[in-house]
Parts: sequence; structure tokens; C-alpha cells
Amino acid sequence: MFPQSFKLPLADWVDKGVAWLVEVGGPFFDWLGRMLLKPLVGLENFLLWLPWWALLLAVAAVAWRTAGWKLALGSAIGLAFIGTLGLWTHAMRTLTLVIAGTALAVIVAIPTGIAMSRSDRLERAIRPLLDLMQTLPSFVYLVPILMLFGMGKVPAVLATFIYAVPPAIRLTNLGIRQVPADVIEAAKAFGTTSGQMLLKVQLPLAMPTIMAGINQTVMMALSMVVIASMIGAAGLGTEVLNGIARIETGRSFAGGISIVILAIIIDRVTQGLSKSQPQTSG
Amino acid sequence: MALIEIRDLTKIFGPRPQEALALVRQGLSKEEVMAQTGHAVGLLNVSLSIEAGEVFVIMGLSGSGKSTLVRCLNRLIEPTAGQVLLEGRDILALDERGLRELRQKRMAMVFQRFGLLPHRTVLENVAYGLEVQGVPKAVREEKARKWLETVGLTGWERSYPSQLSGGMQQRVGIARALCNDPDILLMDEPFSALDPLIRREMQSELLELQTRLNKTIIFITHDLDEALRLGDRIAILKDGQVVQVGTSEEILTHPADDYVADFTRDVNRSRVLTARSVMQKPRVAVVGRDGPRGALKLMQEQGLSSVFVVDREHRLVGLLQAEVAIGAAQQGETSLNDLITRDVPTTKPDTLLEALIPIAASHRWPIAVLDEERRLLGIIPRVAVLAGLAGRTEAEAPRQAG
Repeated sequence: MFPQSFKLPLADWVDKGVAWLVEVGGPFFDWLGRMLLKPLVGLENFLLWLPWWALLLAVAAVAWRTAGWKLALGSAIGLAFIGTLGLWTHAMRTLTLVIAGTALAVIVAIPTGIAMSRSDRLERAIRPLLDLMQTLPSFVYLVPILMLFGMGKVPAVLATFIYAVPPAIRLTNLGIRQVPADVIEAAKAFGTTSGQMLLKVQLPLAMPTIMAGINQTVMMALSMVVIASMIGAAGLGTEVLNGIARIETGRSFAGGISIVILAIIIDRVTQGLSKSQPQTSG
Repeated sequence: MALIEIRDLTKIFGPRPQEALALVRQGLSKEEVMAQTGHAVGLLNVSLSIEAGEVFVIMGLSGSGKSTLVRCLNRLIEPTAGQVLLEGRDILALDERGLRELRQKRMAMVFQRFGLLPHRTVLENVAYGLEVQGVPKAVREEKARKWLETVGLTGWERSYPSQLSGGMQQRVGIARALCNDPDILLMDEPFSALDPLIRREMQSELLELQTRLNKTIIFITHDLDEALRLGDRIAILKDGQVVQVGTSEEILTHPADDYVADFTRDVNRSRVLTARSVMQKPRVAVVGRDGPRGALKLMQEQGLSSVFVVDREHRLVGLLQAEVAIGAAQQGETSLNDLITRDVPTTKPDTLLEALIPIAASHRWPIAVLDEERRLLGIIPRVAVLAGLAGRTEAEAPRQAG
């Protein structure tokens, strides 16, 4: 037995810290929640307003452009299949969550990744934080998020964000660091400013890697859907959860397979996007 | 004044170069500095002056500091000490803006590994330098097209670098550098990554281009043949220090030390040495002053079977053979005029040895070296052509022992 007298009251400290944050930051988090909710509701309403065939055609068109007619056809059939299961509305809610979580992740990840690529010190500081975000069981941060934001879509998006943002940050950093030194040197020799270096040389050359990171982020966001439904974000996850709770295997399977179909479509389309970048090997 | 003056340029690699610099200035060797501080001395007190319009070659083996030196000129590498004066103004004192302007307008660089932007088309690569200066798209692309035409790449504008061969990629690199219209070109082993045939072709094209553009070219290479072929002047670098600066011929005929001499041993001399460097000072007979007897006496003294004859202005008249002179002397002839063989091989002082070989092979007489007024500057006995090829010339300084 480890001696009892060496007990570190970490749990107490965290409790106190969260309680303090809720007390002091309450108004701020209320305000932040409201600010985040507005675009979320807007996006969800838009997706729900959109006729099913319009969305289906739009997805098929994008798939056609990025990956060819096979994916276009497959995507259309997959989406229609979700519709026939009677899960269209749920799927749109899930899609809202994934799009919002990913968008937030990308907005944060790209500047963070760029900053990391420019400073070894910053990279060393952020790396363990990313490891923590990826390995810490999400239930651990669900509770404090709930305490700060209450139930609903906003905490679900934030939890999704925390879980999904690391690969986009990592791969943005990696992609920029992998730009060949001789190309950087040549650009420098022609009087390129550091801003031009970023926009004209580093980001374009890092783009395939960054896109691979975003693809990972989307996938991880989708895998948070069931957990998100536990804190009040309705969607396909709710179906899975309710199916489990009521021992309706068929219901949870239908929800689950719909998530898989969405995942495959999104994965292939975003992969196609990264490959359609004009990229050539040195 | 020279266009570029490099003065006591020193570069020390490591986290605290100033400390190592102090040790170097106390006279410690590079090895001692390395052992004591872990700092590498890349360049040590390099001083060179480079004239406008010349092709200045900096040559050395890998690790000699040649790439470091050229990067100190546009400050891709920051020197530790010294000065680089461009028209008298110190480049090392420029602020960020001034440095950017220098790189955009005055000096453009061509790289060994091309350094093209792989995500941009050939045309966009060539126009890149103007793009970062904010030149409008139509203007810069028109210029880029013109330079692509100059380097022979019309029709490849929309290709990507990876679709081009190495030689073509380097043409893009050269067009990109020229498109900025700099007066100074920094070329860091631009042809080293190319195969030998393409390399020679590119060297010829560069020389041809240079006759039209008259840029100041600072050309880095590890290949002595390339250096001798391209360089108006050559600086030889060893362990970060300049060993010798001179023209091709000076380097070949007067190597400063054994290091340079070792370098030059395997060079194809016939492509570098000229008639001037192998010719000998002739003893001549003068028409109107010397008769056959005088000429014979000259030949006897020299142990020769013939002697060159000039007029009073030292212009070549021809050659007098011993047999002819003896016959004439016995018959009491006093003038040389009718005895002279006028069909002697001649050449100019800057003719390459390469071109003298067939002349030497097809004539019995030494070759006469004449200036523009046909004055006799020297003669080249047939054997001297061969001796020159073997690396032994009259002009060669005596080798030091060791």
C-alpha cells in the first residue's frame, strides 16, 4: 500500500478550481454560450430548411469534382439511404455539430499550427497539451463544460472541438516544417517578406498535410457524436443512445450505420479535396 | 573601384561566435578553436575584390566555405565579422528593408538544387521575384515569358518544375534570376547537379548569355575545369581561406602552393594555356643589320638549325635555315633578303594550346607568335607545345620542396 499520509488532494483542487471558474466566470461563459449558439442554430435551421434533394445534389456535385463520379453516386445513395431510415432530420443535426466543431477547430488550429512551426519553444509547450487533449477521456472534461455552459448544443460543440482539434494543429505545424529548406532559402534570396513566405510558399506547400489534418479532425468530430448527444445535442447519437437505453438493437444500429455512412462520405470528399491541390513532388 | 569589395570576412558557426572570434584573433588555429569552444570557423579573413562585368569564380572542395561565402554576400548567412562593400556601401549594415531591396533589385541567386517552387508553374516561378515586389501580373508575366524564351523554354510556361529535366529546371532557375534584372548574379554550383554533357552545354550557354548581358557573375564551383572555362578570374578557397586569386593561366602556370598545384595537375591544359604562356623569347637576326655570317653565329651560340628574322621594327620577315645560310656565306652573300623562308607558321598570343597542336604537327619550324602589327613576341618550338601540355612551361615557377 502506498502510504496514506502522502495523499495529494488533486481532486479537491480541481473541484475548487472549477467552482471558482463557474462563480467568477459565470456571466462571461453565459455570454460566450449565447454568442456561439446563434450561428449554430442558424446553421442547423438552414440544413433543416434545405430540401433533401438539394443537399443530396450538392454533396454529389462536390464529390464529383473532388473524387469522381463513383464517389458522387455512392454519396447520393448513402444520403438517400439515411433518409429512407427516417433519420434525415437527425442526420442534419449531427452534420451541424460536425461542421461547427470542425470549423471552430480549423479556425483555431491553423494559426496555432503556424505559430508552433515558427517557434521551437512554443512547439515544446503546446505538444503536451495536445497529447492531453487527445488522451484524456472526454467524460472528464464534459462535466466542467456542462457546469460552465449547461446542457445543449454549445457544450457539445466545445467538447467536440477539444477532442478533434489536435490533429489539425499537429499537421499544420508539421506541414510547414516540412517545406524543403532549399525552397525557403531560394524564396528568401529573392527578397520575400515573412508574410509572403507564409502565404506564397509555406502554406501552399503545406496544404496537403494540413488537409490531411483537417480530414482527421472531421473524423474525430464525428466520433464524438454519441457522447455529444449525452449532453443535449440531439442527432444520430441520440438514436444510438436511446436504442441502447431501451434495448432496441435495431434502432441503435440504424443510427450507428447512418453515422458510418456520413463518416465515409465526409472522409472521401475531404481526402479528395486535399488530393486535388496542385501538388507535385520535388 | 571594384563593384564588390569583401574585406576580412569571417564566419564562425555556433551559439557564441564572438567568443570564438576573439580566440581566432589571438591566433589560434581552427582546430584549436573547435576543440576549445566547439565553434566551427567557416570563413577566415576572406578579402576579395570583384569588378563589374566579370565572371568571378570561387572554387574549392566541399567544406572549403565557398557556399558560405556566396551566402554572406546576400546575407542568407550573417557573417560574424568583416565587410562586404557594394559600390562602397556596407551590405552588412543594411536594415531589413534595405536588405530586401538588395535581394530584389541588385543580386539574384541560382541554386545547386534549383530551389524552384514546386506548386507553381514555370512561368509563375520565373515571375516570382517580380511578384514579391508587387509588379502587376500582366507586366511580370510578359517579362517572364521573354526570359523563358531567352533560355529556350518557350512552350513550357504552364508546366510544373517536376515535369522538367534537371537541365531545364536550372534554365528556369536562371530565367528567374534574370527576370529581376539584377546586375549581380550569385550562382551556387548551378551545374553540379547536372550530368556532364548537359553541364558543358549549360556552361556554353551561360558564356554566350554573358557576352550579351554583361552581368557581374559570382560563380561557385568545385570543378576546376568549369572554373577555368568560365572564370575571368578565379579565387581558390581552402578551409575558409583564400589560397590564390588569379586568371586561369596564372593559376595554372603559377600555382600559389602545393594545394593549388595538386588541383591543377589533372586539368586539360590545352583548353586553358595560351601561346603566350608557353612561348619563348627568341634570339633573332635583323634584316639589314645581320648578314648570313652573323645569323650563323647566332645559331651556333644557341645550338639551333634555324633562326627567325625580323625587320628593324621587330616585325617578322621569316626564317633562315642553317644550310641556306652556310651556302650563302660561302658565296659571299651579305644580305639575308633572298635567303629567307617566308612560309612560317604564325599565331596570336592568346591562341589556345589546343589550336596549336595541329599547327605544330604539320610544320617543321617553330611557331612564331605575332602581335597585331606582326611584331614577333616569341616563338614556340614544337617540343614546347608538348611540354606545355605536360604541365612544364618555361614560365612555371620552380617547385618548392615538400
